Amino acid sequence: MKVDRATVQHIARLARITVKEEEAARLEGELSGIIEWVEQLDEVDTDGVEPMTSIVAMAMKQRADEVTDGDIADDIVANAPKSINHFFVVPKVVE
Amino acid sequence: MSDLTDLTIEEASKALRSKDVSALELTQAHLDAIAAANESLNAFVLTAEDRAVEMAKASDAKLAKGEGGVLEGIPIGVKDLFCTKGVRTTACSNILDGFTPTYESHVTANLWAEGAVMLGKLACDEFAMGSSTETSCFGPCINPWRRTGKTDKLVPGGSSGGSATAVAARLCLGATATDTGGSIRQPAALTGTVGLKPTYGRCSRWGIVAFASSLDQAGPITRSVGDAAIMLSAMAGHDFRDATSVDAPVPDYIGGLDGGIKGLKVGIPAEYRVEGMGAEVEALWQQGIDWAKEAGAEIREVSLPHTKYALPAYYIVAPAEASSNLARYDGVRYGLRVPGQDVNEMYENTRAAGFGSEAKRRVLIGTYVLSAGYYDAYYLKAQKVRTLIKRDFDQAFEDVDVLLTPTTPGPAFALGEKSGNPVEMYLNDILTVTVNMAGLPAISLPAGSSSEGTPLGLQLIANAFDEATLLRAARALEGAAGPQPAPENWWSTTP
Repeated sequence: MKVDRATVQHIARLARITVKEEEAARLEGELSGIIEWVEQLDEVDTDGVEPMTSIVAMAMKQRADEVTDGDIADDIVANAPKSINHFFVVPKVVE
Repeated sequence: MSDLTDLTIEEASKALRSKDVSALELTQAHLDAIAAANESLNAFVLTAEDRAVEMAKASDAKLAKGEGGVLEGIPIGVKDLFCTKGVRTTACSNILDGFTPTYESHVTANLWAEGAVMLGKLACDEFAMGSSTETSCFGPCINPWRRTGKTDKLVPGGSSGGSATAVAARLCLGATATDTGGSIRQPAALTGTVGLKPTYGRCSRWGIVAFASSLDQAGPITRSVGDAAIMLSAMAGHDFRDATSVDAPVPDYIGGLDGGIKGLKVGIPAEYRVEGMGAEVEALWQQGIDWAKEAGAEIREVSLPHTKYALPAYYIVAPAEASSNLARYDGVRYGLRVPGQDVNEMYENTRAAGFGSEAKRRVLIGTYVLSAGYYDAYYLKAQKVRTLIKRDFDQAFEDVDVLLTPTTPGPAFALGEKSGNPVEMYLNDILTVTVNMAGLPAISLPAGSSSEGTPLGLQLIANAFDEATLLRAARALEGAAGPQPAPENWWSTTP
């Protein structure tokens, strides 16, 4: 399927990436090329085939519901572009 | 003492234990080699001199007392995808500009516990997305190999191109790497090094910048199969923080290495004779088959009918998982932030400025195939094809112990040669990606040269968690191939 300009802008919006018009023009061709290439999978008969959910068959491990660390607020905000008193600071969200 | 950088890990360990050399001398020799080479090769994106010297001194203290781990005093490089506490980690992306982890990845913590010395962080494609290390935000890394009589810059493959380059150019004794679709084995093949991708779950993914979580796996790049076994012994192991890390003891990979391949059944999958494969690659494959036969292995033709669908299925699954994993880079908790009028515009501006074009392409493809109305047609279909690919391997391993194939369709290509066409670049992983889709272990080892004088690799694939057989078979082929040439040093400048 061809990925048209409007679709490029739609998925860019979903992915929260600004895409300028000239970039969208290039992506239209590139994404269409990739999508059309992966569509060769349509040749494969997958009727009755289970989709893979785990590559190595094993039971999902569970751990005890216990607190194993904490008191690392300094570490958690250490790389934040902006923080105050161990809070991440973002532009105003609610008017 | 420039020959200190030419040792294998096995040889260096012996020299350290017998006090013929100190860990500090060994580390300093490598730091000097990096300083002289990095301008030309761009393999290290960060050199941690002070920390390396400190770690080497600590190793010398242990060695003096006759103590120390399996990698005590061994200087290694770390792909910039592994979080290293207090040392900048960027996945070679602008969006992680300046990120300095406050924690250590499980794999690197294991290596330091065994005494390894960290020289620095190695270049890779941005978020490990690429086959040439040209998408790194620090600029391309250059292959130490050049075509005979030529000076054109060649790519080292990718995404672990910095790891492969540093090992091939004698800038470190071994390196960590990761493999999502071939990112350990393909650069190993293109630089004449050994690259081992372990079984999915063998090494913990905790603390490794995530690309495609059902495919990513850490492994070593080294100059010998024996060194790969030593590095894997240290890197592998269960970690409760990665739910897919396997809770099983790590077998002895070193003890059984010299068992040979007499009586081993080696499968040759006909479907790996792909379109566009060079004649010299085919010849090398035949040579590998002959070596195995002469060493007493039994050769069997096998069929893996869904091979050709692995790459297109991968380019649905991997971008889908990447689009989810990369959603965390939003300018709030770490890395780059580009302001906007509101929070959404801040996200969009940050991600537009922070991601390079390949990362954007994959996030967009992933968003598309997961979006409403397309999920079944693309993602679910690809996961079903993946089941069929795994089934092919399961059936083959009922008859054989290992599979033998070439690693890549051709040798190292020139900078810029394939970066204009995404699909053409993707095709470089056609022989390696099947293994990731099925979670299997595989190794690439240098086995010969192209007509251009650059290295070519052979790939061995084993059943899940049978790294011991994989390494044993690889060691036998390595012996049959004989010593491989080192690249001629054109890159060193006097610092």
